[in-house]
Amino acid sequence: MSKDISIYALSTCIHCKNAKKYLDECGVEYNCVFVDKLEGDERKQTIEAVKKHNPAVSFPTIVIGDDVVVGFNKDKIDKALG
Amino acid sequence: MDAKQLYEQLKKFQESKGYYFNDDMEMTMALMESLLENKKRFGYMACPCRLANGDYENDKDILCPCVYREEDVKEYGACFCGLYVSKEWNEGKIEKQVVPERRPPDKIIF
Repeated sequence: MSKDISIYALSTCIHCKNAKKYLDECGVEYNCVFVDKLEGDERKQTIEAVKKHNPAVSFPTIVIGDDVVVGFNKDKIDKALG
Repeated sequence: MDAKQLYEQLKKFQESKGYYFNDDMEMTMALMESLLENKKRFGYMACPCRLANGDYENDKDILCPCVYREEDVKEYGACFCGLYVSKEWNEGKIEKQVVPERRPPDKIIF
């Protein structure tokens, strides 16, 4: 069974762009949230969610199943994808 | 101003201070575009790789070049975004790794 994958990203962030491109190359499906595009409660709730996965609240934060990859790190993404 | 003009404008001054643009031009020019995008959005060039608060006073630390650049380039050879690097980093003498976030998370206001 494939894992649920979410990427919390910023629309202007190059590491986020590269990470998304890499996930595309891996042929996996994922949900992408551009946190800088959110406002009000949605922004607040999303930041809280990111904080739970990654206390530094940095981007990209990639959640792959039970694993969290902070930053664009191909090796860690590969490992988490399994 | 377009991305190329911004690049030329910053390059001379920053290089004189010992900070070089990442020689991966695809990446560097994309970051130039993002800086101009943030200038349009916020009125100032907030770091494209960080979540800006949207008001100048609360984003002072992440105005590019951010206050964390010095420590990051010293320790990792590159800033958090990977826009500014040391000469040695561009020359491949320093291992290219993910630079961890140094900005305290409580700087994000919500």
